[in-house]
Amino acid sequence: MTFATPVIYSDDTLWPRILAVLCMREDARQIPETLERFLDSTLESVDSAEELAVGAAQRAGFGEDDLIKIGMAVRESMVNAVVHGNRYNANKRVRFSVANDRKRFTVRIADEGDGFDFSCLPDPLSPENLMCTSGRGIFLVRSFMDEFQIRRLEPAGTEVTLVKYMASN
Amino acid sequence: MSVKLNTRQIGDVSVVDVAGRITLGEGSSTLRDSLREMVGKGQKKILLNLGEVSYIDSSGIGELVSAFTTVTNGGGQLKLLNLTKRVKDLLQITKLYTVFDVHDSEVSAIRSFV
Repeated sequence: MTFATPVIYSDDTLWPRILAVLCMREDARQIPETLERFLDSTLESVDSAEELAVGAAQRAGFGEDDLIKIGMAVRESMVNAVVHGNRYNANKRVRFSVANDRKRFTVRIADEGDGFDFSCLPDPLSPENLMCTSGRGIFLVRSFMDEFQIRRLEPAGTEVTLVKYMASN
Repeated sequence: MSVKLNTRQIGDVSVVDVAGRITLGEGSSTLRDSLREMVGKGQKKILLNLGEVSYIDSSGIGELVSAFTTVTNGGGQLKLLNLTKRVKDLLQITKLYTVFDVHDSEVSAIRSFV
């Protein structure tokens, strides 16, 4: 039986090593990051987008609560794009992008659907809608993100922009 | 991981232990189908144990609402048990927390059925 040779760090070298790792992690958070994907109109793409967004948000330094919120907001937005926008159409794709500029973590999701009238979305909290089985997606996105914008694209499609501020991280 | 269901009977109360993710697709449809089957068989007292639910989206919330409405309209009762922080927060944000009868003790939940 053989044992690995133990590495013994003196007190003089251990703390500098720890600081070096922490500085590397701190530096990593300062690096702006962008990514863009064109995803199929499937529920698997919803999972993929959520994973990509949460991964980028984690690298950006967000805490667990914000990671959960960002993940859910992205999931809800992707479901809208896949299900309501592109209607699972294999010939239509979802453009998904993430941008981190150290101040704002921005996710954009665009479908190629026919669009919809987003100026009069029903309020899921109103008494008449409270027991509806759907219609809470955009409300949850607004609740979880610091900014939410939606716009019609030309010639077709809808794009949503989700922003989470990084000032508190 | 999608959703896994385990149903057990305690007296005349059907306890459904739900584990995993209740999201659009297999997760929510599995829960929906199971509850519909139970209602179809005449189950009037249903307790959903959500202690192992790691994730729920708006579709999952919709399924809980649908189940509640279906069971209630059929003269039955559907209650929730062991909400995780995530599920509880979602129900509170959507103003549904006070709609459901929520318990953190299975014993008290079982006793609360009339």
